[in-house]
Amino acid sequence: MSYIVIVGAKSDIAKATAREYAQNGYDIYLAGRNISELETFAEDIRVRSEKAVELVELDILNYASHQAFYDSLAEKPLGVISAVGYLGEQEKAQLDNQEAQKIIDTNYSGVVSLLNIIANDFEERRAGFIVGISSVAGDRGRKSNYIYGSAKAGLTAYLSGLRNRLYESQVHVLTVKPGFVATKMTEGMDLPEKLTAQPEEVAQDIFKAQQSGKSVLYTKWMWKYVMMIITSIPEFIFKKMSI
Amino acid sequence: MKNLISWGMYPKVENRVFDFDQAEELTDIIQENSELIPYGNGRSYGDSAISSHIINLKPKDYFISFDEELGILHIEAGVLLSEILDSFVPRGWFLKVTPGTKLITVGGAIASDVHGKNHHVEGCFSECVEEFRIMVADGSIVACSKIKEPELFRATCGGMGLTGVILDAKISLKKINSQYIDQTTIKTKNLKETFEAFEEYSHLPYSVAWIDCLAKGKNKGKCLLMAGDFRDDGNLKYKNKSGLSIPFTFPSFALNNWSVRAFNWLYYGKAPKGVSKQRVDIDTFFYPLDAIGHWNRIYGKGGFTQYQFIFPKETSYEGLEAILTAISNSGKGSFLAVLKLYGKANDNYLSFPIEGYSLALDFKIEKGLFELLDQLDKLVIQYKGRIYLTKDVRVSKETFEQGYPQIETFREYREKNSMMKKFQSLQSQRVGI
Ligand SMILES: Cc1cc2nc3c(=O)[nH]c(=O)nc-3n(C[C@H](O)[C@H](O)[C@H](O)COP(=O)(O)OP(=O)(O)OC[C@H]3O[C@@H](n4cnc5c(N)ncnc54)[C@H](O)[C@@H]3O)c2cc1C
Ligand SMILES: NC(=O)c1ccc[n+]([C@@H]2O[C@H](COP(=O)([O-])OP(=O)(O)OC[C@H]3O[C@@H](n4cnc5c(N)ncnc54)[C@H](OP(=O)(O)O)[C@@H]3O)[C@@H](O)[C@H]2O)c1
Repeated sequence: MSYIVIVGAKSDIAKATAREYAQNGYDIYLAGRNISELETFAEDIRVRSEKAVELVELDILNYASHQAFYDSLAEKPLGVISAVGYLGEQEKAQLDNQEAQKIIDTNYSGVVSLLNIIANDFEERRAGFIVGISSVAGDRGRKSNYIYGSAKAGLTAYLSGLRNRLYESQVHVLTVKPGFVATKMTEGMDLPEKLTAQPEEVAQDIFKAQQSGKSVLYTKWMWKYVMMIITSIPEFIFKKMSI
Repeated sequence: MKNLISWGMYPKVENRVFDFDQAEELTDIIQENSELIPYGNGRSYGDSAISSHIINLKPKDYFISFDEELGILHIEAGVLLSEILDSFVPRGWFLKVTPGTKLITVGGAIASDVHGKNHHVEGCFSECVEEFRIMVADGSIVACSKIKEPELFRATCGGMGLTGVILDAKISLKKINSQYIDQTTIKTKNLKETFEAFEEYSHLPYSVAWIDCLAKGKNKGKCLLMAGDFRDDGNLKYKNKSGLSIPFTFPSFALNNWSVRAFNWLYYGKAPKGVSKQRVDIDTFFYPLDAIGHWNRIYGKGGFTQYQFIFPKETSYEGLEAILTAISNSGKGSFLAVLKLYGKANDNYLSFPIEGYSLALDFKIEKGLFELLDQLDKLVIQYKGRIYLTKDVRVSKETFEQGYPQIETFREYREKNSMMKKFQSLQSQRVGI
């Protein structure tokens, strides 16, 4: 038994994480929409690490398919890493409930649906690890992205509860809160260099944190302190701010 | 997006950066623009990869296949040499040719036809290139090897990105049976001893010397020569050491003559007298500078440059003596000065190495530096030497031309294949290639 499953595998963070785990000896299931597009990437990992890599189709919004997806994995995985997410457009989401729903469902409801199934299996096996990529945006709602932020806040709370529940069963749950990461999602945005991580750094941080049994990971690390400050600003001041 | 700069952090100019996913997108970029230059990992020191229009190759980092039997690895051009080592040293393979940093792309290695400590045995990087695919000026892709498209091969290896965009390459690796190198360190007292030591240890595949440029009089040319070869102990448990990084740019006064002296003293002083032996790992032996990420920032915001030239064997001794005298008289310290013995030249049009000795010196860019380098240029020409483009940011057309007899062949090739306007760097504009 040597596989882990990476969900939302086409994300740049997920791809870097897949390489990191393969380099450290794991076989990989890459799951996502139109996953066949990742065939050359799967080959990249095979050549780099001589590990097995398999592609599995998965739409996180198709809740009904999640059980069948999990059952279809030939080997039950040692762990799951979810990188699924959708930033969407805040202003559009304020006007168009379909966009709001898509943000909530992709970042929260869909991930909950899938992780519930996997958590139940891990709990029964009394083994496994679950890594959920949330966001610092979930630590406090801001006008520029609070619909996305609130969905991530939901995911953060979910992962925290899951960690609490599965502690007894020795299943480890890691919440990952990236700050800025240079990926497709943030392409074209003008991000401050010192606060922006490369996907490879995030991947290394995730691997280390997961292996050492950490509960919450901020990456880059200084985001922990940035968010400490941001969450400690009193609401009567915060509501007037533009950050 | 931020403007791209090179390792020397000079010059800083505005540029438009193009990313592409599929080859068709790159075709469009090439057909619709001019003054384009490919950019790998920006480890060239000067303006080789800098232009108004830059094509970013770094994201093209897929490994495609590996032929275990022949030891041939097929990778995309943006793969870093360090990534190859991470995957292949534990399996008993190493690069046939590697420069003093592993943080360069395969495309950059081909375009500069880089060399390593084993040039006198293995030659340049192009020796291990079985084949590559390159997108040329009309946007089409050409498969190229020494045999298939020999002219394009000779123009591209060492051609500084001026013939097109290398997309992927097949390179052959060499077998190793250890992650350790048996190193012999020879501490010499002057230039004569240094030359003798190079000859004496030339049977070893790897050798390089760190030379103290501030030494005067009878100590001029004293150095630490490090030579070695891989061990055969079966230990391949290589783990990439990612070291500390210089997190911010130093105020520019931090690096002065005294810090240079301290640095040289540290290295030279630390080594035992005469000849000594050590067992060192791959990263320590081949990539000592990579241990400190972004060490270029110690030179401050104004940036720095490396002056690297090579002399033919016949004139090397006299030439080096003249250059070392000029530098020590100028009082400008060089933090790093690396001396090396090279083997035979290849027939690529612009590859740097010729049989002889090369010296590479790092200088902070400051008032008076370019005047000193102009003065050194005269000596380089006088002793029939040449300048290494991938390190350069200021050499004049006249100086450059005199060092490279095949320059007209290169120019004609570019002209004939409509590459002149399409692919340009600030450097190619300056030196007229
Ligand atoms: C610490 C240090 C030590 C070094 N030691 C050595 C050494 O020992 N020997 C040596 O030879 N060099 C050495 N170098 C220089 C370095 O190896 C070269 O400058 C190398 O070309 C840098 O590769 P890069 O991927 O960073 O390319 P860049 O710096 O981005 O580009 C360098 C050149 O390659 C071209 N290029 C890049 N990618 C492509 C592509 N895909 N297709 C076509 N053209 C492309 C660019 O246009 C440019 O002309 C050293 C550099 C450093 C910083
Ligand atoms: N980049 C940042 O600055 C940043 C900061 C904090 C947190 N994060 C979080 O990090 C994670 C990875 O993000 P990223 O930056 O790498 O961006 P990304 O490429 O947009 O990653 C999102 C991933 O989710 C997948 N996805 C979206 N909808 C899906 C669906 N219905 N079914 C299956 N997969 C779906 C996407 O697949 P498709 O390719 O098919 O769309 C993509 O692989 C996300 O959870 C993101 O919220 C990112």
